[in-house]
Amino acid sequence: MNSLAAASGALSPAVAAVLQLLALIAALALAYRPLGDHMARVYSSDRHLRVEKWIYKAIGADPHTEMRWPAYLRGVLAFSAVSLLFLYLLQRLQGSLPGSLGFASIDPDQAFNTAASFVANTNWQSYAGEQAMGHVVQTAGLAVQNFVSAAVGIAVAVALVRGFARSRTGELGNFWADLVRGTVRVLLPISVVGALVLVACGAIQNFSGIHEVGQFLGGHQQMNGGAVASQEVIKELGTNGGGYFNANSAHPFENPDGFTNLFEIFLILVIPFALTRTFGRLTGSLKQGYAILGTMAVIWIGFTVLMWAAEFGGHGRAFELAGGALEGKETRFGIGGSSLFAVATTLTSTGAVDSFHSSYTGLGGGLTMLGMQLGEIAPGGVGSGLYGMLIMAVIAVFLAGLMVGRTPEFLGKKIGTREIKLAACYILVTPALVLCFTAASLVLPTPPHSMLNSGAHGFSEILYAYTSGANNNGSAFAGLSADTPWFNTTIGLAMLLGRFVPMVFVLALAGSLAEQQPVPKTAGTLRTEKPLFSGLLVGTILIVAGLTYFPALALGPLAEGLAS
Amino acid sequence: MNTSLTNTARLTGAALRALLTLTVLCGVLYPLAVTGLAQGLFPHQANGSALRSNGKAVGSSLIGQRYDLPLKKGEATPAPDLRWFQPRPSGGLTENTVNTQYKLLVSGATNRAGDSPDLIKAVEDAKAAVLADNTAPGYTPKPSDIPADAVTSSASGMDPDISPAYARLQVHRVAARNHLSATEVNRLVAAHTTGRTLGFMGEPRVNVLELNVALGEAARKG
Repeated sequence: MNSLAAASGALSPAVAAVLQLLALIAALALAYRPLGDHMARVYSSDRHLRVEKWIYKAIGADPHTEMRWPAYLRGVLAFSAVSLLFLYLLQRLQGSLPGSLGFASIDPDQAFNTAASFVANTNWQSYAGEQAMGHVVQTAGLAVQNFVSAAVGIAVAVALVRGFARSRTGELGNFWADLVRGTVRVLLPISVVGALVLVACGAIQNFSGIHEVGQFLGGHQQMNGGAVASQEVIKELGTNGGGYFNANSAHPFENPDGFTNLFEIFLILVIPFALTRTFGRLTGSLKQGYAILGTMAVIWIGFTVLMWAAEFGGHGRAFELAGGALEGKETRFGIGGSSLFAVATTLTSTGAVDSFHSSYTGLGGGLTMLGMQLGEIAPGGVGSGLYGMLIMAVIAVFLAGLMVGRTPEFLGKKIGTREIKLAACYILVTPALVLCFTAASLVLPTPPHSMLNSGAHGFSEILYAYTSGANNNGSAFAGLSADTPWFNTTIGLAMLLGRFVPMVFVLALAGSLAEQQPVPKTAGTLRTEKPLFSGLLVGTILIVAGLTYFPALALGPLAEGLAS
Repeated sequence: MNTSLTNTARLTGAALRALLTLTVLCGVLYPLAVTGLAQGLFPHQANGSALRSNGKAVGSSLIGQRYDLPLKKGEATPAPDLRWFQPRPSGGLTENTVNTQYKLLVSGATNRAGDSPDLIKAVEDAKAAVLADNTAPGYTPKPSDIPADAVTSSASGMDPDISPAYARLQVHRVAARNHLSATEVNRLVAAHTTGRTLGFMGEPRVNVLELNVALGEAARKG
């Protein structure tokens, strides 16, 4: 043990960080085919498990009924609206519910914010978990939305993939079947195994409530018990991010050591990456799936390397004095593991944190923000990452088409006026929400009072909050005291509009594609499965996000980074 | 009745039934099943990795504690009890502000930025305190010996660990206060240093509670 400690201590933190990234890539590569193929089978099979048949009977839905896009969308919206109301009421009634540790009901504005946040797969934490949410709200409310909001995201992505795969029909599958199968056959089995791995390493899983624990120097400390591991695993796997505790995945009961840290990053990334394989399988072009995967991987690895440069560099007066940017980071993860987590959580729609982004260096904090502003597509949230990336691919083939003067095609479907309009609307929704709400917050008299830090960093706190909300990320520059009626309400609205308005455009696009007759491939067709196209796609993503957000980033993190 | 209204009502009913059945599955059966398995297979971890010393509970080995002297009159914050190894600062830790029938610690970070005057001052003060506290007979630490974790607050405020460098920095002070030799205390630090998992995951670290428990036992044996 001693010699092992001494030997590994000799490894420099940067080398250990690179080895962690390589191990992560290897693990993701191992899971890619089996999980991607499994999901392709799940969403195209005709068979039903017994438990699924019971659920369909309870719902009163026939899983074989094919839906056109408006019907599919109505299912998504009805289910999400009911979820929103249910979760809101559960929090408002907490004070009267048994099994709630005697915790009081949540105030209306915070209950709305939290309900919107979990239904929209955002999991912004306006609340501090350990002091506000009892067992019932955590397990029967928040954790359930962790599952189903993720299943809804995957369902919408699968509907878009069917739009590419099907022709002359307009039918996109059955929303209820997709929702139930995603939950029962994908999310639940992985969660059970993952939760036990986390418990074995030290995450807690009990219902002991708040209990006293003796302290070393005498006296007692009250600690929370709870179903933490079971919630932690789906929080990462479903790219949700709402922590059982205020400190989220930095809390030792949620994330006990260096291995669980890497395991949780793996859980965050595994479904979004594997969905590109599912996409390739269902459209009959595995190579196209690889091209999308390559695009995602290039951006993810690039961001990770830049983040390490920023954080190991440790610029900033306080960090230079301290001898390293360890403020807001845990000893067991260090700078390497924390940066890896920060990039994974902001390039997906997760928003779980194992270190606090507000205390990152100016440029490191800017990277977390830029990751979300790319639209969370590398690899993005479960489902939302794939459909976001496919929308960008539509834009990229359109740009390529303009260059050569041909009607663009993607996977044999013509990208005409209607398709481009829908894709453009999709791209405009989140930036409009982010920039308008940020501007309004700065102009109004009271919202700036919530800023902890002043100047460029204070501006970044507000920009980060709306970026995180509208992109359904949920992480925070937590210096902002966001539990005010203004922020609770406007961030709540940004989360709902940022989740469901883009889904309308995605499903409309899916419907329009599924109705088309495929066009035959000719010598002039752009080969979208080649590396050249992946390069074009990376460029399109950077240019679109850059042009949209550069002015705002220049006022915040860039100004701070250049000043330090 | 209007057909669109009937359709909406039917759809809402289906959505509600879907939510309720999935709530039973994911919100009741799943956490109960995982709790049952966890309690059966890993009861120690599932219940919070409790640590006992001399037959009494001294905390969880995963949750950091403070090792302070009782608060004296006129002090805003208690002074550290220098007999024991000290953890990292925990500037982001707060007490609960709602449901105040409990006295909980709410985990969290300071969220201060690198150019924040408050953070700069906190780091300067912490550095001065670490230098002063760890000056022992025959040992004067240099400012460059102080690792970053000794003067920065962690993310959770409950970081159970310190870096091996910070533990070594405290050895002379702790040895003097406990009437032990520095060699013996150094041996304790080495025995409680955990390397990276498989040599590359995480960072090398020393669990402060486990180290202090071992220190207490060594001091009792004299």
